[in-house]
Amino acid sequence: MAEMRQQYSLPDARGHFGSYGGVFVAETLMPALEELSVAFEACRKDAAFIAEYEHELRHYVGRPSPIYHAKRLSEHLGGAQILLKREDLNHTGAHKVNNCVGQALLAKRMGKPRVIAETGAGQHGVATATVAARYGFECVVYMGTEDVKRQAANVYRMKLLGATVVPVDSGSKTLKDALNEAMRDWVTNVSNTFYILGTVAGPHPYPMIVRDFQTVIGRECLAQMKESFGCQPDVAIACVGGGSNAIGFFHPYIPFEEVRLVGVEAAGEGIETGRHAAPLTANAKVGVLHGNRTYLMQDENGQVIETHSVSAGLDYPGVGPEHAWLKDSGRAEYVAATDSEALEAFHALCRFEGIIPALESSHALAHAMKIAPTMARDKLLLVCLSGRGDKDMHTVAERSGIQF
Amino acid sequence: MSRIQTIFQRLQAEGRKALIPFITAGDPDAESTVPLMRSLVAGGADIIELGVPFSDPMADGPVIQRASERALAKGMSLARVLGIVRAFRAENDLTPVVLMGYANPIEAMGVSVFVDAAKQAGVDGVLVVDYPPEECADLTASMRAAGLDQVFLLAPTSSEQRFRDVAQAGSGYLYYVSLKGVTGAASIDMDEIARRIPRIRAVAGMPVGVGFGIRDAETAKKIGAVADAVVIGSRIVQEIEASERGQACANVETFVRGIRVALDELAGA
Repeated sequence: MAEMRQQYSLPDARGHFGSYGGVFVAETLMPALEELSVAFEACRKDAAFIAEYEHELRHYVGRPSPIYHAKRLSEHLGGAQILLKREDLNHTGAHKVNNCVGQALLAKRMGKPRVIAETGAGQHGVATATVAARYGFECVVYMGTEDVKRQAANVYRMKLLGATVVPVDSGSKTLKDALNEAMRDWVTNVSNTFYILGTVAGPHPYPMIVRDFQTVIGRECLAQMKESFGCQPDVAIACVGGGSNAIGFFHPYIPFEEVRLVGVEAAGEGIETGRHAAPLTANAKVGVLHGNRTYLMQDENGQVIETHSVSAGLDYPGVGPEHAWLKDSGRAEYVAATDSEALEAFHALCRFEGIIPALESSHALAHAMKIAPTMARDKLLLVCLSGRGDKDMHTVAERSGIQF
Repeated sequence: MSRIQTIFQRLQAEGRKALIPFITAGDPDAESTVPLMRSLVAGGADIIELGVPFSDPMADGPVIQRASERALAKGMSLARVLGIVRAFRAENDLTPVVLMGYANPIEAMGVSVFVDAAKQAGVDGVLVVDYPPEECADLTASMRAAGLDQVFLLAPTSSEQRFRDVAQAGSGYLYYVSLKGVTGAASIDMDEIARRIPRIRAVAGMPVGVGFGIRDAETAKKIGAVADAVVIGSRIVQEIEASERGQACANVETFVRGIRVALDELAGA
């Protein structure tokens, strides 16, 4: 019986999921994080706040997003049925906006006139620029110069929405460096600035806040699956970079132990090549980066190493601390899909279903396509289609040797 | 009594302020660091803060970021930084060395392995930027057992309760970040510092150094009038960066001496 099922109450008061998570930041940010924790605690118990958040999700984001049965693809694979949770249909084209709306409302409550964000693929940057326009905030988005090149269309999109995009040229010039730079901005402008962090990483309370705003994905699935299929899926599959769509999808399913939870990381050119972004799958050493303790891709001296993935959104050396905890506890399993497997899944969904998925989401789909043929036809695989692929046209075309 | 405590006691008796310069170990290369430390001492440094380069220096501005990148590109690591300290100790047994860096290289080495190695190398203190006291009980305990000082940061945003908590975990001295921002940032609020430092010293019962954004003798002197120590980092790293090959040591020594002279004018006043 659903009512009897047990959900865990992590993180603890100081942001720990077992030995993971925590608050590893310079002293200047400690009071800001405390202020944020207090504000979030007040808002999550405030009926008016929740009502406003839900109203915005419905009328601005376009929720609930449907669950779609990919029948032709499933038939082609000849095994389990593949169902897609259509986060790609959200306003701005990905799950990122769920969290941005929530944090923007928090910023409004806290009276902060300026918001900042980091972005990899540009989806979180676009979602942040979008809510900044919607609520009238000044907005600055930090983006690695590598990603600015890969995601030119999203850069322009953010500018159209009134945001300032700051290219970050330090380190590996990708998502992790954008996050460093956003942190530096926050340290400097902490009194008037709200940092809208896009994933379930960073210092506490961010992994909890982002999770709680993203659980709308999993909560909708619970109701929709019951209504449309009369049961829950056998396997729930989501891609994992920092892991925000996955945690939002998985978390409400934690008590449903018969539902297997599978996170799919980016295997890049292959785990064995070392050129990947899969700290959980590759059993990377545990370390401290960006304010939390988690599995972290690093060299023997504790320097963070460069990651590789065709998808900018998964190109991150760490992973949300709750995923680290879920891996150790065994409640979720983590696997990886290579660049080529993700691209194959990308093309398959285009051709069989008329849906162009984001390269990030294509990793989750790739794993579903791998296991579906090994399972009976009455089994259900629910894949979180976290975003749409419009932003990836260039990358995919380039890989196929096509120039616009 | 630790080397750091001895220094502060002596300076206090003389009515002088501590000068604590910072350089990044291995910038521009490993061979330069001991000679640069020598120049810092010759210029009048009381304590040396030695930066341990990290790939993701979240709390540092562009100058120290570049220094870290230069050092890492030449293969600098925490183990090699300890080797540098050992070499410095062979010729200088008086000037305390405080390592300043981030948590991950220490965790990768292992906290207790690191503390043992640091002790043996002749390190006196450690400041881990992204270790607030509540996240590093292991390190704090090991450091204490080894008789090493753990230096913590305090910020303009810190509350009085926070002064107390941080002072309880720390020893040697406290490092007050003079502004909201990263290392090397622009403007300092002198009034704020003059108001806060005496409170912190009263609550903490140990010397308070001030750093982040001190770029010249005049500012150093103003800070020295209220604080026990002045920390200068980015400005010195910049001096190294801008120096012609072979000139860095002389330039750094001249710059540090200028600050020393200004600080010692306070004692004469």
